[in-house]
Amino acid sequence: MKNAARRIYIVLIFIFMYAPIATLGVLSFNASKSRAKWGGFTIKWYLSLFKNEEIMRALWNTLSIALISSVVATVVGTVSCIAIQSMKKKGRAIIIGITNIPMLNADIVTGISLMLLFIVLGIRLGFFTILLAHITFNIPYVILSVMPRMKQLNPSVYEAALDLGASHVQAFFKVIFPDILPGILSGFLMAFTMSLDDFIITYFTKGPGIDTLSTKIYTEVRKGIKPEMYALSTIIFVVVLVLLFLVNRTPKEKPAK
Amino acid sequence: MTACLFAGCGSSDKYPNGKVYVYNWGEYIDEETIKLFEKETGIEVIYDEFDTNETMYPKIEAGASNYDVVCPSDYMIQKMVDNDLLAELNWDNLPNARSNIGAEYYEQSLAFDPDNRYSVPYCWGTVGILYNTTMVDEPVTSWSILWDEKYKDNILMQDSVRDLFMVALKELGYSMNSTNEAELQEAKNLLITQKPLVQAYVIDQVRDKMIGDEAALGVIYSGEAIYTQRENPNLAYVIPEEGTNVWIDSWVIPKNAENKENAEKFIDFMCRGDIALMNFEFITYSTPNTAARDLIEDEDIRNSEIAFPDLSQYNNLETFSYLGEEADRLYNDLWKEIKSYTSY
Amino acid sequence: MNKKMLSLPYLFWCAAFIIIPLCMVVYYGLTDKTGAFTLANIAAIATAEHSKALWFSLLLSLAGTIICLLLAYPLAMILSGMKVSQHSFIVLIFILPMWMNFLLRTMAWETLLEKNGIINTVLRFLHLPSLNIINTPSAIILGMVYNFLPFMVLPIYNALTKIDPNVVNAAKDLGAGSIQTFLRIIFPLSLPGVISGITMVFVPALTTFVISTLLGGSKILLIGNVIEQEFTQTGNWHLGSGLSIVLMIFILLNMVLSAIFDKEGEGATL
Repeated sequence: MKNAARRIYIVLIFIFMYAPIATLGVLSFNASKSRAKWGGFTIKWYLSLFKNEEIMRALWNTLSIALISSVVATVVGTVSCIAIQSMKKKGRAIIIGITNIPMLNADIVTGISLMLLFIVLGIRLGFFTILLAHITFNIPYVILSVMPRMKQLNPSVYEAALDLGASHVQAFFKVIFPDILPGILSGFLMAFTMSLDDFIITYFTKGPGIDTLSTKIYTEVRKGIKPEMYALSTIIFVVVLVLLFLVNRTPKEKPAK
Repeated sequence: MTACLFAGCGSSDKYPNGKVYVYNWGEYIDEETIKLFEKETGIEVIYDEFDTNETMYPKIEAGASNYDVVCPSDYMIQKMVDNDLLAELNWDNLPNARSNIGAEYYEQSLAFDPDNRYSVPYCWGTVGILYNTTMVDEPVTSWSILWDEKYKDNILMQDSVRDLFMVALKELGYSMNSTNEAELQEAKNLLITQKPLVQAYVIDQVRDKMIGDEAALGVIYSGEAIYTQRENPNLAYVIPEEGTNVWIDSWVIPKNAENKENAEKFIDFMCRGDIALMNFEFITYSTPNTAARDLIEDEDIRNSEIAFPDLSQYNNLETFSYLGEEADRLYNDLWKEIKSYTSY
Repeated sequence: MNKKMLSLPYLFWCAAFIIIPLCMVVYYGLTDKTGAFTLANIAAIATAEHSKALWFSLLLSLAGTIICLLLAYPLAMILSGMKVSQHSFIVLIFILPMWMNFLLRTMAWETLLEKNGIINTVLRFLHLPSLNIINTPSAIILGMVYNFLPFMVLPIYNALTKIDPNVVNAAKDLGAGSIQTFLRIIFPLSLPGVISGITMVFVPALTTFVISTLLGGSKILLIGNVIEQEFTQTGNWHLGSGLSIVLMIFILLNMVLSAIFDKEGEGATL
């Protein structure tokens, strides 16, 4: 009885979470250009999608910004974690406090503040400014997922490695790195996802002629979304879903080997 | 295509003649025409979209973004002229614009571009009421139907300041270019009394919502009427008897444009009869291009009252003009009052 | 090699892209068009429209946060009690929707909630009364709950999975009932997760301008809408910055509150 109630609750939440996504999936097969009318089943949007250079360019921008910014953020974030770990308590508190700012501050304020900076410095708004902004808000996600792993480390193992003649770099890659790897990976994934999903900060730091999927969709929301967008989102979603299942199946098979 | 997805990469071989940055309304061009332009001229088009005149203006003013061609509406062009943001056109480079655009549209442009020095008309139209004939039984002739309690929650209004005030000012019998504070206050109060009846303030979502039978009445640009009627035959468009806004969206070149010559090539290309026709068929907004209109094959559309209304039969038609910074602020403050009003 | 040197690039980054930009907002907020010092942009929050917008933002984001918490806590309890070998799987299930664009997801709710939308079509088919919340504050709250629920579920779930089952068992052995165990042991231990969840839902909800535009039909003016409009439409950056400062005060208040409750300073882990 109790179990059934739990199961129903989970199912309801999942319906809530995934109903809009199913809706978009259905709209991607709608022959009518208007989302308000069902014009029959079609796969034409999936075909025209790849011919639509505007959308393809926005997709490319989105993916390259997400990838570059999350890689840079992962490297900078991980290195900073090592440094923060070795700091005194006060310094650590300050730097963690600053790290929290972009994550806890309103996106709109972060976006506006960066826009003001770029304009005052005379940096032309474009790909590069979006990238800088994304790195900035991605670093905290990396730090906050690597830090807890760092704290669990036993410092004497690292010292022991040094005593046994390993260099700092060797000791890091042989001793610390494997232990904090799960944290780094989840930080990277989080950063990538956040960058991909961001609209507000991109909206304020973007310049002419450059669009990510988010900003492109925002202009289109008011004008009527091109159905190709639904198709593209559905493809992205399904690809990620499949990847997720593959990744989660492999570890289970391992012990059987 | 895959080789050159990255903005700006290796453009030199494919586009030997440089670039042109275009900033236009969303869904306001047939993308095929851009490709044709790129192919014929070897100029790469970097295309960007805006959704209201008001969001476009600060971007041009800030100067952080150097666009070469922009397509604002009448009053916004005047504001840009007043603030010295536009470059004068060299008409020698615009033969198609001179021969194909009807003289009456240049004449109309004089209201916001005295001497026709800065702008080339691209689209024009009116603003009116789109209504669903299955939900509205009485004949729609006046703006006042938008204040009819019967249609509570079935009315869609425009979410941009001048368009919203235009409706109320016309309903009150004032000029839609009024800067008289008493008149504007009156208009504001009228709009506040209307707010409980309004389903939503939207821009072009009027289109989808009207097609989906979500609302009975919506204020809409005439260009959308043809498209929406095609999708939902129960819809009808009417220009209210109190008069309305006759608007023109025109191509202009900002002063800080870095590729002025390419910009003029782009504008002139868009004025070519066959290209203007492609755009008309795609966006269904009335074209001022007489060469394009002559090329329209479908007789019903060529003579359509919606696409090409005979303006002489309407009263009190006006075109927006720029009202100055002081009035701008007044409008914005009053608009904020309307938006923040709630009946609960 | 000094390990502290490693923090230099990051410190530089923080200064350039976090601290200086915020100082610019403060500078703009405290000056007028001529560059002279003024408090008018901050005092502008007191005007009827602005304070009402702020009030609505606070009200709606508070409601959204509470609903998120009420939905998320039992969910996190159930999830943490499940025998799943893969914790990351559960986390990913909640992150997964984020791969469908935020604006599209929100807009999909418009399609679901409209008068002739999907939900009402289903309700009508079942002869049930229709649901009319589109373009009302309820729809905005729904949009907030939908978009930010994962930010509440994940920290609570993380906090709950960290609780040592022995502690819970010990409490039970000592005669505590399940309600008592929950109130005295589980809930206090999950508090850091709850606090960081609240922060991560409340702030974006407080400052949103997209959700109110899409699901509220622009009929309700939130403080985020006012700021966005000052920057993108009215072009009064000074006023926009001034109001942003006011907003930051509320965010700061929230941070201080969470710091008091979360003494370990590591609550904000996902």
